[in-house]
Parts: sequence; structure tokens; C-alpha cells
Amino acid sequence: MNRTPLLFLNVIIIATCGLIYELLAGTLSSYVLGDSVTQFSFIIGIYLSAMGVGSWLSKYIEKNIAEKFIDVELAVAVIGGFSAPLLFLTFAHVSYFQIILYTMVFLIGVLVGLEIPLLMRILKDELDFKTLVSRVLALDYVGALVASLLFPIFLVPKLGLNRTSLLFGMLNAGVAVWATWLLENRLKKNPNVFRIKGAVIILLLLIAFIKADRLTTLAEDALFVDNIIYAKSSSYQRIVVTKGKTGYALFLNGNLQFNSFDEYRYHEALVHPAFAAYNGEPKRILVLGGGDGLALREILKYKSVETVQLVDLDPAMTGLSKALPALAELNHHSFDDPRVSVANADAFVWLDNTAIEPFDIAIVDFPDPNNFALGKLYTTRFYNLLKQKLTPDAAVVVQCTSPLIARNSYWSIVKTLEAVGFTVKPYQTTVPSFGLWGYALAKQQAFEIPTQPPNVELKFLNVSSFASMFEFPTDMKMPDEEIEINRLDNQALVRYYETEWRRFE
Amino acid sequence: MAACSIGASKKFPDGNIVGQSVGLGHVLRDQSNFEVPSDKWQTIKVAIVGGGVAGLSAAWKLSKNNFNDYVLLELEKEIGGTSRSGTGTPVGYPWGAHYLPVPFQENGELISLLDEMSLVEGRNANGDLIVGEQYLCREPEERVFYKGRWYEGLYLHAGESEDDKRQFAEFQKQIDAWVNWRDAKGRRAFVVPVANCSNDETVTSLDRLSFGDWLRQNGFTSERLSWYCDYACRDDYGLKLEQTSAWAGLFYFCSRVRRSGVESQPFITFPEGNGRFVNHLFDRVKNNVRKSQMVVSIAPNKKGVDVICLADDQLRGFHCEKIIFASPMFTAPYVIRGFNDDAPFAANEFQHNAWFVANLFLNDRPKPRFARDFPLAWDNVLYESPSLGYVNATHQKGIDYGPTTLTYYYPMCHEEEGRTKLFNYTWRELADVCLTDVARAHPEIYDLCDRLDIMRWGHAMISPRPNFLWSGVREKAMLPWRNIHFAHTDLSGIALFEEAFYHGVRAAGETYTSASKRS
Repeated sequence: MNRTPLLFLNVIIIATCGLIYELLAGTLSSYVLGDSVTQFSFIIGIYLSAMGVGSWLSKYIEKNIAEKFIDVELAVAVIGGFSAPLLFLTFAHVSYFQIILYTMVFLIGVLVGLEIPLLMRILKDELDFKTLVSRVLALDYVGALVASLLFPIFLVPKLGLNRTSLLFGMLNAGVAVWATWLLENRLKKNPNVFRIKGAVIILLLLIAFIKADRLTTLAEDALFVDNIIYAKSSSYQRIVVTKGKTGYALFLNGNLQFNSFDEYRYHEALVHPAFAAYNGEPKRILVLGGGDGLALREILKYKSVETVQLVDLDPAMTGLSKALPALAELNHHSFDDPRVSVANADAFVWLDNTAIEPFDIAIVDFPDPNNFALGKLYTTRFYNLLKQKLTPDAAVVVQCTSPLIARNSYWSIVKTLEAVGFTVKPYQTTVPSFGLWGYALAKQQAFEIPTQPPNVELKFLNVSSFASMFEFPTDMKMPDEEIEINRLDNQALVRYYETEWRRFE
Repeated sequence: MAACSIGASKKFPDGNIVGQSVGLGHVLRDQSNFEVPSDKWQTIKVAIVGGGVAGLSAAWKLSKNNFNDYVLLELEKEIGGTSRSGTGTPVGYPWGAHYLPVPFQENGELISLLDEMSLVEGRNANGDLIVGEQYLCREPEERVFYKGRWYEGLYLHAGESEDDKRQFAEFQKQIDAWVNWRDAKGRRAFVVPVANCSNDETVTSLDRLSFGDWLRQNGFTSERLSWYCDYACRDDYGLKLEQTSAWAGLFYFCSRVRRSGVESQPFITFPEGNGRFVNHLFDRVKNNVRKSQMVVSIAPNKKGVDVICLADDQLRGFHCEKIIFASPMFTAPYVIRGFNDDAPFAANEFQHNAWFVANLFLNDRPKPRFARDFPLAWDNVLYESPSLGYVNATHQKGIDYGPTTLTYYYPMCHEEEGRTKLFNYTWRELADVCLTDVARAHPEIYDLCDRLDIMRWGHAMISPRPNFLWSGVREKAMLPWRNIHFAHTDLSGIALFEEAFYHGVRAAGETYTSASKRS
């Protein structure tokens, strides 16, 4: 029986698998490290050169070529198949991620580089050299085409990176097992040894494939539509970053903090009205929360700013820009700016215990008050502590959740600010990822609503959108019923918030 | 074997029994003749015996009136009695009493203390106190652990039947009725201080029942309501439901509610509990305070009263005009010469109960086991436990992450001879009681707890058992006897900061006027 045509089918599969691993590594590294041009360029370069190394090494394999071929296939199955899950798992936990990434790409490249020369040597007795070269190489390139079409159209959207990686690992192992029959007469060892090895590898990959969601957590894969590229539990919260069609998104304890596609709307609306409301040139800025550095990016646009003090609870959050270059790119490397200093502390305790020169502007950007530990950051006590850290003319802005979804919560925050003597100008804007979003602009004396955005580079705010933010449609206006002021000893806001958001769970 | 290895791998914290000099007090019972060298005598107008809240309040009142010819003698190395506290990181922690309900506006003397401590921001239109937000117990105040889960509040609503609901509502109604009740003179049935409560037979007759009897007589059979009332008794009095006078039980629920339909008065609290008050009072009077002074003899005579105390193995004497006796009342016959010959009151009627308090120093706080578990609160109560649960010291400072200190309270009311047993237990045995109890809610407590110190309170609180509060003995003991003015929370029959303060200030007022008249 002539088994040659079937061996050519192997070439297509091998070629497809090889390119898939390369694409996986490129995609994964550009997800987690950002800068896709650099990442793809590096991965392709390393991968192709490693294939060259593999091809060159093939000359040292002299005996038992068929057996070596099957071993190489099994090795590719293991390393390539587990590559994506392994890289994801290590990314969140090691600082030398790139070394692991490039080593893995190099290893896969070497093994894939060995495959075709070995296969050609197996086939050389069946065909003349001219036909052999033309067929093998032609099929190799067909395989590449199949892979490059399947990968973006079907594999990434339907299976995700982890399962794609595991699936092609299984295909590689399948090729190895199949080859034990095709090349049975060339094998010296008992072919069953290879079959058992292959079966074990397929089984392991299959288990990983089925349990792929556990690589993050069972709940997370269901929760997040997009690929999780970073997941880490700090002492304070679960930090997850996903990458999808619309861009990067950050989740804290499962709650969306920003999506890169529209975060500029949120952050421009958060930062610039306070600057517009300040009379003169603000020099000292306080940021409470905002560990993603995106508010910093907006603040640092002002030349007058001399000092920015950022206070965020979680060092894992303020350090995220280091771990995730894509985020540093998004916040314009704001944490590297010498004007910025970071304190990792609970803002409530920090305000209570820190003696510091007063600030001209305070940007208060905490997660929504969905628990008591966060609720205290919206109390009269908290705002009284904040007042002690402000210059007399200081402007304050507070992110206040959605006045549409959580109307009572929103107005409770406004009333709480008023209760400690702030004059408050409520405003809202649309952030598609969040919905309609509310803020409160406050000063310690009466002031006019600013009418013009400051003269800095802006993507969202202009004169007309700026003014319209301070207008409230009927369904978001202050409710008629009495709204409670949020105090440490009643935590009224947490109860409002829970009732209002629960309706949407 | 498996069990052994698990047990062996479990980390057990370090710690000690701290505080109270147990043996010291008992010296009194054995010795009777104390010869003080003549050069060791000193003349002073007033001596205050006992540096708990009552004694400190008396001293505070004297100093406030610029009367400084007095000395306060405290047995222990530390001042403050059961309101004592410890210092530490991240915050201090209590060794006993840990909160004060905001006083009614009528309690002027106590309010002047709060004013002096800058705790008060002002008065509202009705004249009620506005206490600084940071001093009022922060929400969430309480949670209760029941069958593996934490629930909000102290009364367990989860899983209650229709009948439970009806009984609870009916119970509230009865409480409301007592809150609104006034006697012919317009006095409330239950109010702080006890001295201002009505002595009308309608109310005082409640003292002849146990609180358990009262519940049954009123048709309250709900198990969770009984638990709630039992918890209240253990918490405030160190007694079980059946050991507590119904008058005292109702006092707990009624005395801090202004009128029906309004919330109970909010709590003023600090990480170190009532240690904050103790430290403030002490700061005002410290020049007149002498610690580690065991008063061994109080001898009334024609000129006044001679006090002898033992310190550093040396006897020292004070010729005084007046004594403010601010020690537990049961000690009176042991130190006051001639007390038993002409007993002004039956000192053995004043019975106390025993407690132990443990402070658990944690490197991190326990994590919730279920997403729906109610989060760590100020007061964390275990439903199925003889203890009172624990209080979280960092709560009031808004510190919600990282190391904290939990204060665990255990009244010995479930055992016969609780006091004797308490002092027979070793540190390891008491620590085991505490940790196994807390571990039911927080199995990781062994890993979290680096240190566990225990204070044993042999005579922690006066016991308001039936037929004590209104038997007449308190009234007798409140009268001065041979220039000795009694001033202790025991005289109220209820161990509360406000009561101790009241008696301290009252006795100071009595001695100040009489002592100064002579000079």
C-alpha cells in the first residue's frame, strides 16, 4: 500500500499547527505586553530563526528517523499545546515573563523546524527529489494559509487562545499517533510505546481543553466575554484585564473599571471640569483612587501642575502599569512622570493620619460604593477630612455612579457633600461601557458652573458637550422623596446602592 | 494518626494571662494587724479607694471643683478597672467595657465630661447632643453567625417563622409601652442613671421575676427571641436569662430609647473602648493617683478615718476626714474595721460574676467564606456559643484591611462556681476555648492569630439577679457610714460606665461639701 499521499496530509497539518503556535505567541504577547508591531515582529523573527536552527540540527539525526519524527511531533504537541495556558498563568505571577515567552517560542520553532526535513528524508525513497521538494513545500505553504485564515476568523473568536492552543496540541499528537501506522514498517521499537505516549498526551490536552475555564476561574470565563490576559488576586481585590475587539478592559472584583475604547470620555469628564472651575493655575493635585493612572494622564496635560499625589489602596493596581505595558501605553506612562508620587493606603486612613500641604484640586475616583469599606469613602466624615487637605479655593470632583441606574445613590452623594459645606454642581455624561455616568463638582464657596473646557488637548470635551454635562434630564433629577445623607454611622449610601443596582443583577 | 498530625501542624499563638493581681486581694482575708511606723503617716482630707471608673470620676469631680487635698489609691498597676485598655498597633484595644450610649440631654454631668473631651459638636434644636461622627459606632454595627453564615444585625431574622415575627413585633410593642411609661411624678420606668428610675411598685415588682419568667408570662416562646434576650443579659450583666431580674432585662431594652418609635441612642466608641474615658479622667487627676497600693485597713474613728495601705512591702497610713469607697461592695467587710459589728448594709448581697476577656492579635483579618456573608462588623456575635463573640478594634478607625485586634468576651455564667473554675484554668486551656469557638466561624484563625492575651475578671460585674435591685440594700449602701461614702457601680445594681460615673460624682459632691466645711 502506498502511504505517501497520507503522509502529505500530515505535512498540511504540521504546517498549520506550526503557524498557529506562532500566531498564538504573537497575539498573546501583544495582548499582555502591548505594542503589537514589536511583539509580532519579535515573535516571527525568533520563530523563523528557530526553525532554521531546527532544520540545521536535523542533519545530526542519522538513525531511526521515523521514530525521531514521532518523538518530535509529540514534543511539539506538549510544548505547543500547553503554550498559551502556560504563558497566561506565568504572566500574572513572574517578572521575567519575556524570557519564558521567547524561550518557549524558540523551542517550538526548533521542533517545528525539525519536522519537515525529517519528513522529507522519510519520503525521499518514495519520490524523486524534484517532486518531493515541490509537493512538500507547496503543502507547507497551503497549511500556512489555512492557519492564517482560521486563526482570526474562527479560532480566536470561538475558542479563545487557550483552547486553540490545546486543540492544535491534540492535532499534533494525533499526527504522531497516526504516523505510527503510516510508518509502522520503519519503526524498530514497538509502535505501541509511541501510541501509549501519544494517547496520554492527547488525554492530558483534552482534560485541559475541557477544564480550560478553570485556568482563570470557573466564574470568570463565564463573566468575561473577552480573553482574560491578566488575572491576579491582590490582598485587596481580584484584578482582571481582558482584551477584546473594543480594546482592553479592567475589572476589579468583577466590576468594570474602564474599557480602553471609551475611557477617555470618562476621564476627560472626571478631570477637566475641576480644572475649569479652579481660578488660577492649579499646582498641587490630589488623586484618591485612580490606580490605573488614566486620570493622571489627563492631569499631567496641565503645565502648571507641579505635584500630583495619588493615593490608592492596592500596590498591585498602581503597579499594574509596570506589569502590563499596554496599560502604561494607555496612561501615557504617567507613573513615570517625576511630578507624580504614589501612596498605597486606604484614603480614609491616609487623610486621617497624613500631614501634608493642602491641594488645589482633588480628584476622587473610587470604585462604586458597593460595600461598607468603600461606603466610608463617601461619608460626611470622609469629606470633612478631605476639606482639611484643601486650599480655600480648591475644586473637588467625585465620581458618583450612574444617576440613571442608581438615582438615590447619586443624589445621596451630592447631598452628603453639601452637608459638610460644599457648594456642588452635579453633572453627567455618557460613557458607553458604563452607561450614563454622574459626577459632582464641588468647592468650598459658591461658584458658577464653568462654561469652557480648559485649553488642553481633548478627544471628547468641547464647548457644547462641556455645557450640556451640567444639564439633568427629568429621569435623573433629584428625586422628590427625602434622600439620606451618608454618614459613617448609617452607611445609607451602601444600602441605596445595593437596592438600586440589584435590580439589574 | 491522621488527626494527630493535623493537630500537630496547627499553629498555636503565643500569649499570656495578663493583668489582675489575683493573689493580692486575698491577702486581706488572712491578715488583720497592720502597724504603720509613725513617720509613714500623712494627713489628707479625702482618700478615694479604688481607681476604676467610679473612683476616677470622683477624683475628676473633686479636681474640677479645685479640691485637691485628696489621694486616689488603686490596687493594680493600671488604672481603670474593667474599663482598662491596651495600646498597640495598628490601634489600642479594650480589656472590658467598650462603648457608651450617647447620654440623654438630662444627664448634664456626664455630658460635661463628653464636652471636655471634645466629643460633642453641638446640640440640635431639641437640645439633644450631636456627637462627632467619628466617635459614633460606624456601620455595620453587628452581625451574627448562625449555621455557617453571617447575617446582619443581632436579632436573627434569617429563617424566622410567622410566629417568630409576630412574637418579635409584640415584644417590641411591650418595650415601647415601657419606654413611654411614666409614674405619677413623671419619672420613667427605666432610665440611666438608675437613680432616676421610678420606684413605683408597678415597675419594681418586675424585679421579683427572672427575665425568663417575664417572657413566659407574656407568652413569648420564640427560640430566637429567647436567644436575643439571653444574649442581652449575658452581654450587659454576665448572667443568663433565667439568672437575670426582669427589671434589669427590660432596663437593657428600654433605658436608652428616648421614646417609642425612635432608634436606641447611638454608641460612642473607640478602638480602645472605654479606655479612652479612663485615660482622659486619669490625665486630669494623675497627680493625686497612686497605683499598686493595696488598702488593707480603713478604720473610722472620732476624728475621721485612718487608711492603711501596703505598697512595695511597706505600710503607709493616711489620716483622712472622708473616704470615698469606690471598690466592689463585697470587699467592704474585709477592709473596713468594725464593719461587721454594726453592718450598715448586707455586703454579701452584692454578688459579682466572673468573665474572661481575650485579645487576639491578628496579622490579617478573616476573609468571608461566602459572597453573601455579611461583612466584618464592630460586634461579631456567634449564635451557637456561650461567648459573646468578638469586637473588632480597627473598625472605628475605618481601617478595613490588614492587621487588627479582636477582643473576645466570655462570661462564666454557664458554669457552677464559674470564678473558681476560671482561676483553675491555664492560659492554654482558656486560649483553646476562645480559638475553638472563633474557629467555627473562621477556621483560619490559627494562622491569623499571632498572639492571644487573656485577662481574667474574677469580680467583673455586679449581678442584677432577681430580688436584689429593689430589695432596699442599695439604698442603705448609698448612705454615708462613719465618714465613708460608698461610690461604686455596684450601688446601681448594674455595671455601666454611666452608673459608676454617677456614683463617683455623687460621692465626690457629698465629701467635698462636708470636708471643705470643716477646714
